[in-house]
Amino acid sequence: MWQTLKPNPRNLRLWQVGLLLAIFVLWHVLTVPGLVPPMVFENDQQAAFFFGEPLKVAGRIWRWFATDADIYSHLGVTLVETVLAFGIGALSGLAGGLWLALQPMASALLEPYIKALNSMPRIILAPIFAVWFGLGIASKVALGVTLVFFIVFFNVYQGVKEVSPVILANARMLGASPRQLLRHVYLPSATSWVFSSLHTSVGLAFVGAVVGEYLGSASGVGYLIHQAEGVFDINTVMAGILVLTGFALALDGAVGRIERRLMVWQPKGGESERL
Amino acid sequence: MAQGDPGRDADGSATLAARCTDPLTRMSPPALALSDVSCTFVDRSNPAARYTAVAGVSLHIGAGEFVSVVGPTGCGKSTLLNMGAGLLQPSTGTVSVFGEPLQGINRRAGYMFQAESLMPWRTALANVMAGLEFRGMPPADARAQAEDWLRRVGLGAFGDRYPHQMSGGMRKRASLAQTLVLDPDIILMDEPFSALDIQTRQLMENELLDLWQSKKKAVLFITHDLDEAIAMSDRVVVLSAGPASHPIGEFTVDLARPRDVAEVRSTPRFIELHQAIWAVLRDEVLKGYQQQLAVKG
Repeated sequence: MWQTLKPNPRNLRLWQVGLLLAIFVLWHVLTVPGLVPPMVFENDQQAAFFFGEPLKVAGRIWRWFATDADIYSHLGVTLVETVLAFGIGALSGLAGGLWLALQPMASALLEPYIKALNSMPRIILAPIFAVWFGLGIASKVALGVTLVFFIVFFNVYQGVKEVSPVILANARMLGASPRQLLRHVYLPSATSWVFSSLHTSVGLAFVGAVVGEYLGSASGVGYLIHQAEGVFDINTVMAGILVLTGFALALDGAVGRIERRLMVWQPKGGESERL
Repeated sequence: MAQGDPGRDADGSATLAARCTDPLTRMSPPALALSDVSCTFVDRSNPAARYTAVAGVSLHIGAGEFVSVVGPTGCGKSTLLNMGAGLLQPSTGTVSVFGEPLQGINRRAGYMFQAESLMPWRTALANVMAGLEFRGMPPADARAQAEDWLRRVGLGAFGDRYPHQMSGGMRKRASLAQTLVLDPDIILMDEPFSALDIQTRQLMENELLDLWQSKKKAVLFITHDLDEAIAMSDRVVVLSAGPASHPIGEFTVDLARPRDVAEVRSTPRFIELHQAIWAVLRDEVLKGYQQQLAVKG
């Protein structure tokens, strides 16, 4: 009996869903007032106050998406911020990395400053951006860009530095001009490095958007969470976190699809099938 | 006698004038001429340390001639080729291409590298098209020519494969097509088949000879395999062990063409040539080997 039930590649998905359900059930049992006698807290209301109740959280999410349907505009704002931050950050990181990798003197000159900017905790720039760009979308995008830029920048820089010298010499012998080398050798090579950092940078763009909203805004999922926190509505905070998590997973899945579409030329392990 | 032979005139300018009007020398300067070139590398981490890879090398390859260079490992064979390609500037001496001094990349040469040189982000077809594209040929024409060359090297059905989806032999064929599609007057080859197994290798050697036979380009072929060198070439040049390696022997291979690289190896003349060249090469190989041991120890 256990032989067929224990986790294996075929029923893996079932086990994953089961694990999720188990966590929610445990959460429910431990927080709903009166279900089990209080162990940590003094009275049975406190667990629900600190951790929320899964059924109320689910109700909140249901109202957001179905009955009230008022979360879409907030989600839209967060999505726009994320996409803009990612797009601008990735493109400028790509351009900056390409340029600097091909200019040894400039890269030697700027090296300590780039290192300093990278090691700085850039989240702390959020208040400054709020002052510069106001409480609208722009300040969140700016925060996301500073986070994404450096990830992409360093990957592209590394990618250009590690272009195979033989492939480079071959392209030159085939008659490539410096422009064509950039377009046909450096750029494709750097792109593969950008994609390897894409999952991280999309995640960071999202972090930039949500943290920016949390620190000061009038819309977005981060704003919703901040509002709920202000009135100690822990169920809404939890609901916001769950929505953000689902959203981030969806973004990551989309990135994975794009990556598979564009990077067909990259070798993948295990392409054989045992029949 | 003096007035009948302008070449021996005491007046230098007269000699030059006579040479220039001589139809034979004017029409056929060597396809690639390395004149007294040497190449010294500077160690990047230690600017005082220098290594002279080749010194005082003079090498002429006529148009349509197949010349092989053999030598012990690490003797600077590839350095020689890179100078001929214009990828490397000689420290002294000059390189000229069809009589013109070489500046920058050698536009009349195709180069087939020892290592993997296909662009991994392009399919076989796109790789073969690359050179034509760089030269500004319309994509439709480039595509037609590239497809034709892929068929010639036996990859007609594999144009949409990426390099990682091809075997080592297929990648070499694609490289060959990539080089030859540009119809270069000079073909430089750096141990192009050294990574292949012996059967594939002989197949490709024969294919290369067939292609060369029909087009008669100048070929400078670098190899460490003496059998390969003799079987393929018109002339074999032996380089001494490094540092400062230089030619120490030159042998004309008078085996009849067309040749089959596998069959020609058993002819008496081949064995004779092999013995003669190996007599020169052997000491250098031993020297090169001992130097490598000394560096390691």
